[in-house]
Amino acid sequence: MNGAQILIDGLRREGVDTIFGYPGGVVIPIFDILYSVKDIRFLLTRHEQGATHAADGYARSTGKVGVCLVTSGPGATNTITGIATAKMDSSPIVVISGQVATGNIGTDAFQETDMFGLTRSICKHNYLIKDVKDLPRIIKEAFYIARTGRPGPVSIDVPVDVSNGKLKNYTYPEAVELPGYKPVMKGNAAQIKKLAEAIAHAQKPLLYTGGGVVSSNASEEILQLIDKTHIPIVVTLMGLGTVPYDHPCFLGMPGMHGRVAANKALVECDLLIGIGVRFDDRITGPRHTFAINTIVAHIDVDPSEIGKNIRTTIPIVGDAKFILRALIEKVKSRAKSSWNERTEFWKEKFPLTYKESGNGSVNPQYVIERLNQFADPNAIVVTDVGQNQMWAAQYCQYRYPRKFLSSGGLGTMGFGLPAAMGAALGNSKTQVICIAGDGGIQMNIQELATCSINRIPVKILVLNNSYLGMVRQWQDLFWDKKYSRVCLRQTPDCPPECRGSRDDCPGGYVPDLVKVAEANGMRGFRATCKAEVDQVLKKGLAEKGPVLMEFFINREENVYPMVSAGKPLTEIMMGD
Amino acid sequence: MVEKHTIIVTVVNSAGVLARISGLLSQRGYNIESVIGAPTEDPNIYKISLVVEETEEHIEQIVKQLNKLVDTIRVTDISHKGNYIVREYIILKLDVNAKNRTDLFQLIHIFKANPIDVAPDHVILEMAGTRRKIDRFIEMVRPFGIREYVRSGEFAMAEYQTSKKGEIKNGD
Repeated sequence: MNGAQILIDGLRREGVDTIFGYPGGVVIPIFDILYSVKDIRFLLTRHEQGATHAADGYARSTGKVGVCLVTSGPGATNTITGIATAKMDSSPIVVISGQVATGNIGTDAFQETDMFGLTRSICKHNYLIKDVKDLPRIIKEAFYIARTGRPGPVSIDVPVDVSNGKLKNYTYPEAVELPGYKPVMKGNAAQIKKLAEAIAHAQKPLLYTGGGVVSSNASEEILQLIDKTHIPIVVTLMGLGTVPYDHPCFLGMPGMHGRVAANKALVECDLLIGIGVRFDDRITGPRHTFAINTIVAHIDVDPSEIGKNIRTTIPIVGDAKFILRALIEKVKSRAKSSWNERTEFWKEKFPLTYKESGNGSVNPQYVIERLNQFADPNAIVVTDVGQNQMWAAQYCQYRYPRKFLSSGGLGTMGFGLPAAMGAALGNSKTQVICIAGDGGIQMNIQELATCSINRIPVKILVLNNSYLGMVRQWQDLFWDKKYSRVCLRQTPDCPPECRGSRDDCPGGYVPDLVKVAEANGMRGFRATCKAEVDQVLKKGLAEKGPVLMEFFINREENVYPMVSAGKPLTEIMMGD
Repeated sequence: MVEKHTIIVTVVNSAGVLARISGLLSQRGYNIESVIGAPTEDPNIYKISLVVEETEEHIEQIVKQLNKLVDTIRVTDISHKGNYIVREYIILKLDVNAKNRTDLFQLIHIFKANPIDVAPDHVILEMAGTRRKIDRFIEMVRPFGIREYVRSGEFAMAEYQTSKKGEIKNGD
């Protein structure tokens, strides 16, 4: 067998059923084998960045390892953003890039780049294969590393002579041998006991969970723990859907654009139990202001996260599912208490609100509210990045994990559409909805064609305010409304120092996204006023294939609540 | 409070592993004073010794981040451990003349430095020893005029330790 055949065989043995990618010179030997492969589906995207985000969306929505196959040089470098996105959100993908022949490495050959050096800091681990005999071991290791412990992306660079190289007596290894990599699964029993005791003594305990609970598939255990102890819970962007949006103990997403109840609970609790989270700055605000009088417990599979940002009293390293099961055994039942009443009161007193524009124009929050009425309750929502992402996080009605996918750590614009494509291929019986802004949708707009041609039925909602909304919001609130280069329709005819849109703004919505959708082989619908929203949603969601629904929303709507950067969670801005 | 720490990283001897370690530290903005890496008696194992000047909290993160790498087998901060033999190596080129040559050679004798080359106006020496010994030697020969020197950075090996039961165990 040659390297290309071994590669495909290895992928098959790792349970791969879909590969996302784009060919090129040095990967033709691999594509030659793929030509006759029937049991692994290959999705040809229109940009390697799209392929990487698609593999990522596939991974996040299925829990399996996403696979991306690209060529050397520019093909490989086009995956950098996608790999970094997956790294920041601990998403398991394997990115296989072609490379020039081993003898030509280092000579600045055609389409040569040092992918091994480039990806070092943005992946969990990487490989440059120098000999075809190492290929089987490396494939097995790559998948093992990607999916175990704290999941993450693995990059494999495959020179063309390795793909063409022949291996006699090929066997796929039975086991991995990684003396330096032994993820801890079971937590320390004494620490778990300590946590159970702390829970028994706490007056105001609070659960704070995130992406790690989703990776660990521990949503059920969280629900069981809450059932037994009635501890209220806040869930980060990466964990939304761990508990249903309407669960009585769910206080909402915490942090910069989180719910007031969630942030108040973070400030007032006396025991903070972080599970599968990393105490990111979007949640904590300045570190010296966070959890000052609280006992902090931190359960995480990655020991380097514990104590990284916040001093921790009860650290427990291990897999969330294992640890939660042990904790549920040890912990004593707790009835609802005055703390529950207090947190529920906050929920009622501080609901999400927005100012309804009286003139019939469209509030973006309204679009999401109406989407909730028409979308499938089992739908997967994939967001892009920015204000659209925050409104989706606040208003969508998530009920299960792996139903809300978002680029949280890196905040990559252009993630939404290709990731939704990947999620759709991984979940063919599930409605997949992409929520994006007009800025983000343009960043990987070429994937509209991929959706149409391959009949991937993604339902795309574009909240169009013709602005780079989130940046404009910051300029609005903190930079004296100096809207520097955020207006996506600013023309040379505009006044030189614009501080906001007016009725007589020159220029129009460019591009015409409905026409772009049609040019790419799918239908496009547009709502320009509140009255049109429902029918656009109904028509769009009823389409069998992919569809783009555009909503002209209020140009200068801001996301609230907001805790601005550098401010503690006690200083919440509620509205304009 | 910033302190110098010597950290030994035992890694799988894979291609590019030294670049990985250095890259990780530079990516996180840590202050590396010296790095020395070489294969060991086991061809599959490579040892890297680092001297890092950082705060206590950063050192904790450095150790954890290094441990996290797939290639890393073990990380040991040996800075406050007594049971390690720590050495460094230096080559120095010093100005010397007929008048002060004798004084210089007395120092060389005391410090057990080794002359490699002697010329009318300069001398080249090599020396192995602890960082403290080398630092002190440099102080003492500075008045002669140091033209150039090159230091290796520290590397270390665990001594034998006897446990309470009298068993011999390696520290590292």
